[in-house]
Amino acid sequence: MSRFWSIFIARNKEYYRDRASFGWNIMFPLLIIVGFALIFQNGGQRPYKVAILTSDTIHPSIQKQVCAHDLFSCIPFSDKDMALDKLNHHKLEMVMENISHPYQYWINMSSPKGILSESLLTRNTLAKAELNQRLIKNTIDSKPVYYIEWLFPGIIAMGMMFSSLFGIGFSIVRYRQNGVLKRLKATPLTSFEYLCAQITSRLLMILITNIILYIGCSWLFGFQCKGSLFHLLVFFTIGTISVISLGLIVAARTKTEELAHGMLNMITWPMMFLSEVWFSIEGAPQWIKNFALCLPLSHVTQGLRKIMNDGTHLLDLSWEIFFLSMLTVLFLCVGSILFKWTQ
Amino acid sequence: MPNSGTIKKQSSKTGRLTVKKLVKYYGKNRAVDDISFSIEPGICFGLLGPNGAGKTTTIEIIEGITQPTSGEVLYNGAPRNKAFWERIGVQFQSTELFSFLTVRESLQTFMRLYRNQISLDQLIQICSLEDIQHQDNRKISGGQKQRLMLAIALANNPDLIFLDEPTTGLDPQSRRHLWEIVDAIKRKGKTIVLTTHYMEEAQILCDEIIIVDKGKIIAQGAPEELITRKCAGQIIRLPQENVTKKIRQLLDQNQYTWHFDATQKYILILTQTINACIELLLNNQVDLSRLTIRPHNLEDLFLQLTGKALRH
Repeated sequence: MSRFWSIFIARNKEYYRDRASFGWNIMFPLLIIVGFALIFQNGGQRPYKVAILTSDTIHPSIQKQVCAHDLFSCIPFSDKDMALDKLNHHKLEMVMENISHPYQYWINMSSPKGILSESLLTRNTLAKAELNQRLIKNTIDSKPVYYIEWLFPGIIAMGMMFSSLFGIGFSIVRYRQNGVLKRLKATPLTSFEYLCAQITSRLLMILITNIILYIGCSWLFGFQCKGSLFHLLVFFTIGTISVISLGLIVAARTKTEELAHGMLNMITWPMMFLSEVWFSIEGAPQWIKNFALCLPLSHVTQGLRKIMNDGTHLLDLSWEIFFLSMLTVLFLCVGSILFKWTQ
Repeated sequence: MPNSGTIKKQSSKTGRLTVKKLVKYYGKNRAVDDISFSIEPGICFGLLGPNGAGKTTTIEIIEGITQPTSGEVLYNGAPRNKAFWERIGVQFQSTELFSFLTVRESLQTFMRLYRNQISLDQLIQICSLEDIQHQDNRKISGGQKQRLMLAIALANNPDLIFLDEPTTGLDPQSRRHLWEIVDAIKRKGKTIVLTTHYMEEAQILCDEIIIVDKGKIIAQGAPEELITRKCAGQIIRLPQENVTKKIRQLLDQNQYTWHFDATQKYILILTQTINACIELLLNNQVDLSRLTIRPHNLEDLFLQLTGKALRH
């Protein structure tokens, strides 16, 4: 046990004394969240950008029927050609003349967002009575999940993935390159003790940085976890161990940091896009969805969202926990078998 | 000599190390070629040879870092077991340590890896690390780093210590300082296995040496005994301008071996009949005012055995 503690303590000291790296591990996800909050949370999401062709004030009826809508963002444009060019390049969803009824507008028919803005505009300009004759609107009663609340679990899962994979992968490969592992091999330390110390140390640091991040973000944005914070911590820990173990496989034999960098990128980028960190893959082909289900980060993100957004109990996440635990065992076994102290 | 009495003296002569028919291939290159030797407990055993001779590979096979292609290593007559790594101390040619740790913390880290530990303060004292114990291990000089690495090798109060070129790259003062520490360790009855390509180092520290070239042992024994056995006589050194072509021919006729030194400025005459040789030179009016006579050393022995300088 003392051998485990020795490496654990040394690794922790290395980690927290490297101020730049430690600070960056906290600042990076925080900056992403702040950035996204600024972009998307300012009065709700306004994804449809409409250029109003005016060099003066926007016409009151457009202001009322278009710009006041939560999903439209009106931008005054004096140069019509420039506006149409931006429309053509998907930088705008719609261009409107600054006149009252009948409204005159242009859309790019190859842009799905443009077609959606047109539908929205049509709906907004129709008389309410006429609309009610044609459509019956129902709304859900549950408390809405704001975008930042949906995004946050994904962001911490992504930060955890980068910190786990690059943190563990690079440090072990660097130690192998500069001979630290070779020196440790000439001691009674076993590879199992060494790897356990690495995992535990990295886990501790990830937990500390993410707890700080959670406190900071919940204070900054005022959101709350609907489920138990303890359950959130336990599930996050299980997920983190699983992803760190994946990093061990990469680090087990890799000889150079350059190769490790390439291999880690090959793992992290598909995981980031397919694990619904940023967007849902609901409409993707079935084989992509099946593949995503094999990735540990998909289950981590899904589980964290269920606890934070839906208040799900840990016991209801038994499948995710089982899957992540099995992956951990598999990765640890493969990593330990493949592990080499020297180049 | 620093700090005698701080390392426990060997109470019994255990720890005989035997290497049998060791072979190591790297691809098609036979780096270690059927090497066998034994190291008695309590001696300083030197592996000498030029770079690439196979001495580091041999020592790393004994340490368990490298797997041999064939052959075996026995400790106390039996194959090495887990306890072997509790009883050895290792200093590699070049190794990095955990970053952001002080010298003291680095020592603590390695000490905790062993059941048997020496006192930390004693260890710091033995290796003269008092002044730098709170410094970052990345911000110390080459000599200080080697002393730290030696201290790490002593962290478990080992019976058997491997030092792989411990003074390479050090200035003469740092080198002598390290020799003093190693000598103090040796006097406590520890077994030391040292690789070096400094002949002076081997002559001062080693009780027994093997000379390795191209993976094979080409000579084995105590340094002085080897020199006496293989290189009897003395070496006369004269400026080359004092030894004319006619004198050189005369030396050849009298069957004296001679050659230029590495600088090409001096002629070295190898002789077992020093009086007769000097008489020959005097009789031929050779200016002897800048003559020097010295006994053979390990460098000469190596040159004689391999035709190569040891540092090549």
